[in-house]
Order: sequence, then structure tokens, then C-alpha cells
Amino acid sequence: MPKRIDVLICGGAACLSSHSDEVRAAIVREIEAHGLGKEVRVVETGCMGPCELGPVMVVYPDGAFYIRVSPQDAREIVEEHFLKGRPVQRLLWETPEARRIIEERKQVPFFAKQKKVVLANCGLIDPENIEEYIAADGYTALGKVLTEMSPQEVVEEIAASGLRGRGGAGFPTGRKWKFVADAPGSVKYVVCNGDEGDPGAFMDRSLLEGDPHAVIEGMTIAAYAVGASRGYIYVRAEYPLAIKRLKIATTAARGMGLLGEDILETGFSFDIELRMGAGAFVCGEETALIASIEGKRGQPRPRPPYPAVQGLFERPTLINNVETFGNIRHIILNGADWFRSIGTEASPGTKVFALSGKVINTGLVEVPMGTTLRELIFGIGGGIPDGKEFKAVQTGGPSGGCIPAEHLDTPIDYESLQALGAIMGSGGVIVMDEDNCMVNLARFFLEFTASESCGQCVPCRVGLPAMLEILERISRGAGRPDDLDRLEQLAETVQRASLCGLGQTAPNPVLSTLRYFREEYEEHIREGRCRAKVCTALVRYWIDPEACRGCDQCRRACPVEAISGTPGKPPYVIDEGMCVRCGTCREVCPFSAIEILDRR
Amino acid sequence: MDAVQIDNPKFRELERIIGKYRTIDGPLIEVLHKAQGIFGYIPPEVERFVAKELKIPLSTVHGVVTFYNFFRTQPQGKHVINVCLGTACHVKGASRVVEILREELGIGIGETTKDGRFTLTAVRCVGACGLAPVMMIDDEVYGRLDREKIKKVLAEYRE
Ligand SMILES: Cc1cc2nc3c(=O)[nH]c(=O)nc-3n(C[C@H](O)[C@H](O)[C@H](O)COP(=O)(O)O)c2cc1C
Ligand code: FES
Repeated sequence: MPKRIDVLICGGAACLSSHSDEVRAAIVREIEAHGLGKEVRVVETGCMGPCELGPVMVVYPDGAFYIRVSPQDAREIVEEHFLKGRPVQRLLWETPEARRIIEERKQVPFFAKQKKVVLANCGLIDPENIEEYIAADGYTALGKVLTEMSPQEVVEEIAASGLRGRGGAGFPTGRKWKFVADAPGSVKYVVCNGDEGDPGAFMDRSLLEGDPHAVIEGMTIAAYAVGASRGYIYVRAEYPLAIKRLKIATTAARGMGLLGEDILETGFSFDIELRMGAGAFVCGEETALIASIEGKRGQPRPRPPYPAVQGLFERPTLINNVETFGNIRHIILNGADWFRSIGTEASPGTKVFALSGKVINTGLVEVPMGTTLRELIFGIGGGIPDGKEFKAVQTGGPSGGCIPAEHLDTPIDYESLQALGAIMGSGGVIVMDEDNCMVNLARFFLEFTASESCGQCVPCRVGLPAMLEILERISRGAGRPDDLDRLEQLAETVQRASLCGLGQTAPNPVLSTLRYFREEYEEHIREGRCRAKVCTALVRYWIDPEACRGCDQCRRACPVEAISGTPGKPPYVIDEGMCVRCGTCREVCPFSAIEILDRR
Repeated sequence: MDAVQIDNPKFRELERIIGKYRTIDGPLIEVLHKAQGIFGYIPPEVERFVAKELKIPLSTVHGVVTFYNFFRTQPQGKHVINVCLGTACHVKGASRVVEILREELGIGIGETTKDGRFTLTAVRCVGACGLAPVMMIDDEVYGRLDREKIKKVLAEYRE
């Protein structure tokens, strides 16, 4: 029975952490208390996207979008909105520029510029209820494939769609499926890569949590196409909610004959096992992931042989990313031509991005390929907060690169990003402003890759720490004139000689920042200056005597007693020899009297 | 099981679980996850027990335990604070969060307070980048951290 009002409360990770579950409980309580149980339906959904504003909820049919809802707001929402039909204005989402209250979900710019294909169900259906998925055309594509199409036709349809792997490299999915389908052998596997190792990305997590059946359906279609009967979903252990929802989903699908023996009574059998990762970035690499499922140390091995020929337990194995599988059912249902009508010639379809960093609207977004970085950051993202200047955007995580302002009009597709020295990667997009130091960022990524190197091959194991040492030196102001050349030489060696993708791509963040922000590196080396005031060895703290009122707060807060002064008798002074530049004084000063200056 | 282990309900629980997992392909990592769930960490005697029960060389078990960041070989404090050092959090000042926690708790990453109440560890992205900078205490995520909020949250766990 349709209800008069549908309330969708976001149960994504970010909203849960701001206690959307308590909000939901409070709303349900108030609905019961007002006898509206028969008229209002409350659904907990996967991530809706605008995580920054959580807990968020949407009320249909009005399309009212509530943000930062607290349990205390529940009564007002139920009484005013659900009973009297007057949306609670103070909780509605307002745009930052105009502070204009927008009531319709479809008019909110964050959503208006997006095109939801993969995420179509996320935030709309209850991911723990298979019937809602089925009501949204779920498992229709599987039915069509099993009853109307030969495995070969499925492979051809996916190939014709031009879908490319969403896990980073962009390999044509149809081609990969054909390799596995053609590989000799009676036992084959389908593996879903849900390791999502990029430290700043949560697209796959949101899809697994928000629409787990879409991934399961995509895998099952793939299994039929390549002739596999067993599948594995490998999920990071850091994603317990995704694991829980996948368990619920696979059990429900099995219960309805959509997974397991004799699916839909067609004689086709396929089942899926879940495997938990254990916190190693390199396990996102396909051969390492296979080793990990086998219960071993997650060390990559040279390819060929490719997993398509010799993969899991030495059998032909199809490995695709979560989002890649999420696209499959849409292509089967709507056709390859429809898919090609979205995005660009060489990169059809949409891409999901996790937008974060120094941008007003953070969260999950899905846009057609070919959307420009500017539209993504300034249109959907709403631009840079606090009136700061945009400096760079980082895509592709530790394997990717930084793109400066002059290339903001670049369309987002595999080739364009690569031409700029970045990569599409799995979809992490981190925006940086003038307060971020590019040397520091390069060092951050290199610290990450150096510590995640599996240690098997020498270029990666020895080369990355050597590069890191140079970057640390530069951050300390002890850089040498030939350091940048040495950095570049090392980077090229590591790129060329490393065994797996981790080492081959790890120098990218260094090379791209060197390419676009070389003068910032040179400033560090030649002038001992960090213009973003991030590298602590190159700055000093200073109390502006004009602004200091002698309140004594900084002196009390300083952990090393580097500040002296008498209450009520400004100015206070910082002993630069003792100061450890922790920044505590600046945080506590009520008069913004403490400034960070260049050391020299 | 030796005599001590038979009397220990934790080992009996682990033995039961291993019985269930023995038949799956490549069970080691799954079993270690369960073992850590039961014991809180993976001490040497658990490594030995798992090796014997699964008939896998001890060196292999140890190799796997040390390869993966998720497995711990030391006991943890009552509450585990995971500071996110992912990219989004880094860009928004995660190093300040570590600094503030160090001042508040007197411990660095990988250490446990003397009273055994808190262990401080680091993670790379908990998938709540929109709320950066972020930390997790046990299973709870705390976002948009600054000094004031960190102090407030810690106070709740000190009670
Ligand atoms: C160091 C490294 C980490 C990777 N991490 C991931 C990951 O987290 N998720 C993912 O889907 N692919 C990751 N990949 C890519 C996989 O090796 C593989 O190409 C991908 O899962 C194939 O799926 P696709 O064709 O659908 O993209 C990684 C590769 C490397 C070299
Ligand atoms: S980087 Fe900290 S939550 Fe993603």
C-alpha cells in the first residue's frame, strides 16, 4: 500500500556518525505518538551524498530536504510537516551563496547537475529489503539474460557498451569478460574487488551499503557470461556495515532463488562468498587480492599469466570493481546504445566520485564522464569555503596526481586526466586551497605508498624511501640544489622497474606536483620558505603587539612554556628558540593576535 | 588443545569456529579475523593453535599475521582511538588531531595509556571524508574535530 508520506533517512556512514539512527528512532516515535503509523513510511537508505550536512532526510511527495536534523527536531517535523503540511523552514537545505531555501529535491544544485545511474537506488530504497530492490526493476536484467540471451550475447552487449573498469585502470570490461569466457577450464571464478584502498575515497563503500543487490546481480550476470559458478566479494574489514548488508542481501537472494542452485529455474547455478580484507593497500591490486582470498600474504605476482587465464586457485578468474558490476544491469536493461549516449566517445557512462577536502559540498556525486573538473568542484561542490583560493585538485589517490587551476576546464575521462599526469583512479577527488602545501602533499602520499609497499621488489622497497628522504629534507628547509633532478630520476626508475602497479604509479603524486608547482619546491629549497605555512620547520609564530590584550590564555595553553607575559599587560611574547610550532596558542587566542610568519 | 587451553572458553570457541571454516578454500585469514574478535588480539599461543588446527606451518600463519595491518599482536586498551590519516583528513589537518591527542593522552600512535584505558592507532580513511578530520573510538565515528570537540569526546570515555 502506498503511504501518504515517505520519509527517507540517510543511513550512510557519515550520517550514522552524526547519529541519524537516533533521529530515525525519534521520528518513528513521534509518528506513532501522533497516530500517523498508517500514513507515513520511514525508510533508512544508503548514502545520499551530501555527507557534510548530515544527518539528512528527504520527505516525499513534497521533496523537502532536511539537513542537520537532531532528535529534538522530530516532534516539530512530525507536527508541522506531516500533520499540518508545512515544511520546517529552518531545517531545509539552503544554498551557501544565496541562503535561499530550496524545497524540491530536484532543484537542489547538488543533485540537479548529477546523473544517477549506478547510484540510482542509493538513498531511495531500503538496502536490507530485497523486495524494494526488485520493485525498482531489480533482478530483471538477470532474468532477461538467463532466459533470452546466450552467454556470448551478454559479452558482446557489454563490449558494445564501451564500459571500462571503474577500479582505476579503465580496461574495457567486455574485452576482459571475453578473455575469461574463452579461457579453457571447467571451473572459473568471478571476483568483486571491494578493497577500496585509496585513502580518501568511499564510492564503493556507499554502493555496497546502499544497493548491495545491484553488485550481486552484476556479478551473477558476469558469471553466466563467462561460465563461472563461484564468486567472491572481497571487502575491506574497515567496512563492517557493507559486510553486514552484503550478508543480508546474499541470504535474501538465495532465499528467493536468485542466487545458488538453479537460479530462476534456468539450470544456471552461481553462489557468492564474502571475504574480509585485513588492512593492506596492495591487496587492491588484483594478483595480491587473489593471494589474500587464498589466505596468503597479499603479495602481487608478475603478469602474465593474467588472472583471466590463471587466477584464483590457479583457475581462470574475472576480477572487476564494485562500481563496474553496478553498471551491468543498467546496460542489459537499457542497451549498449543508451549507455553510449551518456558520457564521451572513449569513456561512456557515468562515474561516481567522492568529493572532499576544501570544498563546500562534500560527499558522493555521480556525473556523466566528460563533465569538467570546474563543474564538479564549483558547480556541484559549490566552490571553496571561507573565501579561500582554489589551488589544486587531486584525483586517483596515491597513484594519481594534482591538477592546478589552469586545467580546471579539462573534461573528466581516462585519457584527459592521464594527459595531465593524473589518473581517473577509483574516484577520490580531493580539493585543495591556498593553505595546502604541495611538497607536504607529495610527501603524504609517498609516506603512504612507502609504508604499504609489500617489499618484494627492490625499486619500490628501496626507491620510495629514498624519494621520501629527499622530500623530508626539502620540508625541513635542508633541500639541496640538485634534489629536484634526483627526485625525478628516482621517480622514473621506480615507475619503470617496479613489479606491480603500486610501485609503478607511486611516483605520480611527486611528478605531478613537480610539474605544476615546481616553484613551490624551489621556494622551499632556495628560500627556506613554505608559502602555505604548513611545513613547521619553515615557519615561526609571532604575537602581534597591536592585537594582544594580555588575556594570558596562550601562555597557559602552551605545552612547552615558550610564551611569557603578565596578565593585563600586553604584549605577550613567544620565545622562538623554545617554540615547537604546535599551533595551540593560535587556536586558543580569542583576538586572532597570533600569526604564522616565514622563519627566515 | 593442551590442558590449559581445554579449560579456556576462548580456545574452545575458537576451536568450534575453526571446525566450521576448515572446509572452505583458503580459510586462514577468515579464522584470524574470528580469533582477533575473540581474544582482542593475536598472541603467539593463538598463532600456534591456529597453525596446528588448520595444519598450516606456523611460519605461514605468522607471516600472514604480520603482513596485514588489521591484525594486532599486542593487547589493546579498553577503548581504541583510530585517528584517520586518509587524504581528506590530512588536507583538513589530521596531524593537528594527532598532536592534540598526544597532548591530551600523553601517548603517540601505536601506544596505550598507562591506565590501559586508551590505545591510539591510525587508519587510512574510514569513509567519512565529508566530515574530515575524523577519528573513530571503538565503532563510533567523530567528525569535524577541533580541540574543543576532541576534549569533549574524550571526557565521555573517561567516565
Ligand atoms: C596498488 C593498487 C591498488 C589497487 N586498488 C584497487 C581498489 O582498491 N579497488 C579496485 O577496484 N581496484 C584496485 N586496483 C586495480 C585492480 O588491480 C584491478 O585492475 C581492478 O580491480 C579491475 O577491475 P575493473 O576492470 O572493473 O576496474 C588497484 C591496483 C593497484 C596496482
Ligand atoms: S580521509 Fe578521513 S574519512 Fe576519508
